[in-house]
Amino acid sequence: MHSLPILSLAIWLPIIVGILVLAIGNDSNPGPSRWLALIGSILGLIVTIPLITGFDNASAALQFEEKAVWIDRFNISYHLGVDGLSMWFVVLTALITVITIISAWEVITVRVAQYLAAFLILSGLMIGVFSTADGMLFYVFFEATLIPMYIIIGVWGGANRVYAAFKFFLYTLMGSLLMLIALLYLYTQTHTFDIATWHALKIGFTPQILLFIAFFLAFAVKVPMWPVHTWLPDAHVEAPTGGSVVLAAIMLKLGAYGFIRFSLPIAPDASHFLAPVVITLSLIAVIYIGFVALVQEDMKKLVAYSSIAHMGFVTLGFFIFSTLGMEGAIIQMISHGFVSGAMFLCIGVLYDRMHSRRIADYGGVVNVMPKFAAFAMLFAMANCGLPGTSGFVGEFMVILAAVKFNFWIGFLATFTLVLGAAYTLWMYKRVHFGAVANEHVAKLKDINKREFFMLAVLAVFTLYMGLYPKPFTDVMHASVENLLSHVAQSKLPLAQ
Amino acid sequence: MSALLPDGLLMLMVVVAWLNDTIFGVKSRHTTYLISVVSAIVVGVWFAFQALDPTPHYYFTRMYVVDPFASAMKAVVTLGFAVSIIYSRKYLEDRDLFRGDFFLLGLFSLLGQCVMISGNNFLTLYLGLELMSLSLYAVIALRKDSPQANESAMKYYVLGALASGFLLYGISMLYGATGSLELNEVAKAIATGRINDAVLLFGVIFVVAGVAFKMGAVPFHMWVPDVYQGAPTAMTLLTGGGPKAAAFAWGLRFLVMALLPLAVDWQEMLVILAALSLIVGNVTGIVQKNIKRMLAYSAISNMGFVLLGMLAGVVDGKADGAANAYSSAMFYSIIYLLTTLGTFGVVMLLARKDFEAETLDDFKGLNQRSPVFAFVMMIMMFSLAGIPPMVGFYAKLAVLEATMNAGLTWLAVLAVLSSLVGAFYYLRIVKLMYFDAPTDASPIVADNLKRALLAFNGLAVLVLGIVPGPLMNACLAAITHTLPFQL
Repeated sequence: MHSLPILSLAIWLPIIVGILVLAIGNDSNPGPSRWLALIGSILGLIVTIPLITGFDNASAALQFEEKAVWIDRFNISYHLGVDGLSMWFVVLTALITVITIISAWEVITVRVAQYLAAFLILSGLMIGVFSTADGMLFYVFFEATLIPMYIIIGVWGGANRVYAAFKFFLYTLMGSLLMLIALLYLYTQTHTFDIATWHALKIGFTPQILLFIAFFLAFAVKVPMWPVHTWLPDAHVEAPTGGSVVLAAIMLKLGAYGFIRFSLPIAPDASHFLAPVVITLSLIAVIYIGFVALVQEDMKKLVAYSSIAHMGFVTLGFFIFSTLGMEGAIIQMISHGFVSGAMFLCIGVLYDRMHSRRIADYGGVVNVMPKFAAFAMLFAMANCGLPGTSGFVGEFMVILAAVKFNFWIGFLATFTLVLGAAYTLWMYKRVHFGAVANEHVAKLKDINKREFFMLAVLAVFTLYMGLYPKPFTDVMHASVENLLSHVAQSKLPLAQ
Repeated sequence: MSALLPDGLLMLMVVVAWLNDTIFGVKSRHTTYLISVVSAIVVGVWFAFQALDPTPHYYFTRMYVVDPFASAMKAVVTLGFAVSIIYSRKYLEDRDLFRGDFFLLGLFSLLGQCVMISGNNFLTLYLGLELMSLSLYAVIALRKDSPQANESAMKYYVLGALASGFLLYGISMLYGATGSLELNEVAKAIATGRINDAVLLFGVIFVVAGVAFKMGAVPFHMWVPDVYQGAPTAMTLLTGGGPKAAAFAWGLRFLVMALLPLAVDWQEMLVILAALSLIVGNVTGIVQKNIKRMLAYSAISNMGFVLLGMLAGVVDGKADGAANAYSSAMFYSIIYLLTTLGTFGVVMLLARKDFEAETLDDFKGLNQRSPVFAFVMMIMMFSLAGIPPMVGFYAKLAVLEATMNAGLTWLAVLAVLSSLVGAFYYLRIVKLMYFDAPTDASPIVADNLKRALLAFNGLAVLVLGIVPGPLMNACLAAITHTLPFQL
């Protein structure tokens, strides 16, 4: 059954369905578009199931490989394949896409077909980023994701959407253009865009540093790391719910994924040399951004800052170069996909009813929306890393690895548990507990079946991953070991 | 003589169109239009087939050459011309410009472009340039009642004449130094190394200035924004489409066919021209409120990219990467033409009788007025900004690769950073079309041919972006079969 081009299907099926949705789109009768988009996204999820069932955990090599010549002039190939580092993200992307399509069901009423099509196309492109083994193909997918997201924020976003859309686009473009130079430099050295060849390339120290910086700018903006994070709160606040969900759950991971696919293995010496810088920036993200999140009055902004803090954990985990830290970071990425996606969905649920994201406008929601409050409680707990939820596993592994690496780094990293609990639970308390704050809150209706379903799916995954993370770590173990052994070897040319 | 047949046919059809228009007068305008479109398409396709023949054919005592590069570029500009006038039809009809003189002048300028591309002698190259330029000056001034059009025609004419003077002066220096006007002979004479360097360099400087003027590279760019803005949009397209590609091919003939042994010298000049064009074009474009003026600055920055490809051919006295670099510039200029056609096609689509869609605000809410054309325009804008998967990205990629290969990493970094600045103004068009509500509810009228062609144009930019390989290979083949790379 592996003769089926599963990865190609996972990439192109949503894109083709997206184009179909665009073609049949009809603003006065959006029903068919919705159903077609839903079916397309579900099919897109189904085709990724063989990735889970057919994955060989013992191998660190690329699996489900597909390779064809694409642009022979520059030796660029359409080369796909997943390993333990990327497999879960393909599935996660397909899953989140289904959720976003459902989340838009009754909420989006203008230009429905274009909205759904943008998400389907975006989904295919993001899966492309995670499953390519060719540098230029990676870049093409990586950049192409900007277009649908720019449209999503700009068309269906909030009041200040234009500013947010431009900031999002230009910030990320700035980073990735320098990555393009880095890719071209590697091409002039090897005359191929094959990533595996680049991993084996010997590079001198100064070029490694420059390459690392070029890649770092691209990925750090995307992650986003302090101090290039400022686009994210704006983008999140202005984006429609689905846009925020995809942004937090998947798009931020594109940057983090880039670190383990490019920066670490291509420039290991520079990575070791510059690790203190990256660790410092990560800790600033964890602690300083944690404090920033504490004072937010807008729920979406709060969760956006909490995303930055959580992603700081991911980069921290990468740059302490241990199996535990790396696996913890990847687990944290997957978990954050579920949890932050769910948090934004929860805010979306409230926003659809009240058209406000201000914490001060709420209070006592638990009295009128008990089912919803239960879900929100679960995700809030997961966000602050309560044991038993997925949020705990990754953070715990990273902290453990960090303490082993250097006690003080581990000590500072633990601040996340305090701060995360503080800002999340304080927000939860202000929104949900207490007496019913005003008559608008009193009129709120509890979640309907559609909303229940999408939150329930994410709740199941959050709990499953928190209680039994072994299937996730098993998949990545071989690949992580392989990556770390690769990073441990110096790639400086021997002849001086 | 068989290889000359399409060029001959084109000339014949110019005469036929002319006779038709003078004998049958006003009633036959539509026939003149059809003659122009059909003959341009036939000749263009013929050129394209001719490009498959790898051997060069020389005519008229080696003054005119038909080689794969020439045929390919002629095919591109000829087909581009056909598309331009199909796009312009309604615009012209609304302004009483749908007249025989428009098509005749257009066809003459097309003929001039073909001569420019196929010239193998300084005189032929000059002749082609003048035939093209004089026709364009006249076609811009065709709208007699518009002061702006006349002003821009006058500016174009005066500055163009100055540039021609520069060029002729440079040519005369080179002729004096080498004793020949034929490109290959000049190259051979220079390669002997017995020519006075001072005279040669003097000649090269003037020739480069002439080339830079025709391509519209900074600091010889002053005419570009004024002409783009002042000319009626159909004429802007006629000036900013094919002639840019022709100017590139023509510059390549001068610099590579004749002056390759002096590459080290003129490459340094092109580095400055390219860097300035990239910076000025991208930065100045931001503050423009007039779409045509904005596109003029976009043209300047795009010519900067073409120059990057042209200057990256010879590295350390070796021409190993030359085919690679020149073909990337060729690819870039073809793609740029394709994008320009689509962009101006949409601009003219929004114009109607007594209304020029010239300000950026006229694009507001286009997505609600016409989703298809908004989508086409969006593809064009992202292509110009160099965002994959639009083909404009691969054009930039090829050129940047050549630049990196020539060891000019700083120039590549400058190019990407300035295109980041430029991305802002392309994004702004997308913003206006998609994020804003329309202020103008009038329906968009266009004939079916134009609609289909414009949609196809947009699709081509997208599809070529997904499979750019064949066209890249074709450019490489055309360049390798044509140009000499011995130093």
